[in-house]
Amino acid sequence: MSAPLALETRGLCKSFGALAVAHDIDFRLPVGARHALIGPNGAGKTTFINLVTGRLKPSAGTILLAGADVTALSPEKRVKRGLGRTFQINALFDGLSVVENVLLAVSERNGAAGDMLRFAGSRRDLIDEAEALLERLGLADHAARPVRELPYGQQRLVEIAIALGLDPTVLLLDEPAAGVPSAESGVILDIVESLGRDIAVLIIEHDMELVFRLAERITVLVQGAVLVEGTPEEIAADPRVRAVYLGTTAG
Amino acid sequence: MTRPAAAAHRLRVGEMLPWLCAVGAYFIFPGYLALGGQILIMVLFALSLDLILGYAGIVTLGHAAFFGTGAYVAGILAVHGWTEPLSLLVAAGAVAALLGVVTGAIVLRTSGLTLLMVTLVVAELLQEAANRLGWLTGGADGLQGIAIAPLLGLFRFDLFGRTAYLYCLVILFLAWAAARLIVHSAFGRSLVGIRENVTRMHAIGSPVFRRRLRIYTISAGIAGIAGALLTETTQFVALQVLSFELSGTVLVMLILGGVGRLYGAFIGAPLYMIAQDQLARDNPAYWLFWIGLLLVVVVIFARGGMLGIVDRLRGAGR
Repeated sequence: MSAPLALETRGLCKSFGALAVAHDIDFRLPVGARHALIGPNGAGKTTFINLVTGRLKPSAGTILLAGADVTALSPEKRVKRGLGRTFQINALFDGLSVVENVLLAVSERNGAAGDMLRFAGSRRDLIDEAEALLERLGLADHAARPVRELPYGQQRLVEIAIALGLDPTVLLLDEPAAGVPSAESGVILDIVESLGRDIAVLIIEHDMELVFRLAERITVLVQGAVLVEGTPEEIAADPRVRAVYLGTTAG
Repeated sequence: MTRPAAAAHRLRVGEMLPWLCAVGAYFIFPGYLALGGQILIMVLFALSLDLILGYAGIVTLGHAAFFGTGAYVAGILAVHGWTEPLSLLVAAGAVAALLGVVTGAIVLRTSGLTLLMVTLVVAELLQEAANRLGWLTGGADGLQGIAIAPLLGLFRFDLFGRTAYLYCLVILFLAWAAARLIVHSAFGRSLVGIRENVTRMHAIGSPVFRRRLRIYTISAGIAGIAGALLTETTQFVALQVLSFELSGTVLVMLILGGVGRLYGAFIGAPLYMIAQDQLARDNPAYWLFWIGLLLVVVVIFARGGMLGIVDRLRGAGR
């Protein structure tokens, strides 16, 4: 019996007219796994993420979170079921302070965000939680600064902090170190490595060094379909993957 | 470590300033209380607009729809014998809020230019309806024969506007306290989140549409109360309460004062109406020119309105 699955897709398809951007994707992410999704540009990685998060409706197939079918649920409901994500290009609340950025996520998860009869500042429990999260990510000193004033590398950390504020069981990291100089990307990798095993992490990434450091299993996506799935060693040795990445013919 | 997130809602000294001015004006300018009452009503109207424009980022050119609906509901009920002022405010606010939730459910599915046009159309349709239903609304002649009972059974609406002024001031204060609680609540913060980055709000599981609809409804209700106050204190309703011009005017007031600050309404509405009162006396035909010039200057040089200038001066002095 294999480990219980945090996220699973069965026969996931998406077409725009005659163009199939996702084709029969079967994907399994066990609880607490460290998994990477790689593939050349246009392979359908972003489409896959959008299907899983619910921004796109699949043409066919099923999406399950912790064994429950969420295919028909709205993106918001899927977040409530434990699905958190970060964005490849920062999607932060630029005008707000760092702690407020995280507080928004914490409040939504906690169900407090609809409360309009109490001052947000009186919810010490939520503020404490947001500040503890910033502490963990080494952002405590910047809590009060407007997020737009932070260096880009630290904004990438806020990007992760917001997602962690949702207390996810599945965390989709869309190129977490994109645009960060390699000298600073180590901090981001350390953070991802330090995440608890209650979180299953799926990283979408170009940087092979990063993928091989973090991932226990790798799925290679090519032209909207799964080409191969395996351990980093298997993937590195697979001639078809080399062909895709290096442009040589398989064999 | 300072905890700004925990202190955002703490009352600052400056927040008492508008109230000191308003109470002071009552004693210093006894001859201007009728104008003063109308200014307070427009402050309340602009405050309701700030809730949706400044906090939720909903741009509308039809906010007069709710102001006018409140004004007509109070007027029509009063003509038919319901003359108790406080319950009239409640009724007018409730009907305007109902209109807000119904129209909001449609218009908030759009955005940008479409949203702008649809809000405008809603207000125009209502104005045309009020024009046609002359038997009910008085049509283009306005709704006359409104009599309002003394406030709390004690205070008559006097000729000098003393009762009206204090009445408007108390209602405005209550609405301000409610609005202040809302914008500093978790709900209010989530509206700012929606304004700042709606994509991310979806991604953190926020029910964006429902949140926007709720603030739209609240804003409509407050605008309706403002309209009802105008009816009660002037005992007349003109078709202009539903006009595009009024929707535009309240937008200009808010932009002059500063959007998304809760206090922009307290600066912009008095500024606009006092300028109108003074400039129109000297030059009835061209007073809008000066308002226009001021608006151009503010939009180009002082984004954030008058309060934006204050912020910058304080920032520079630090």
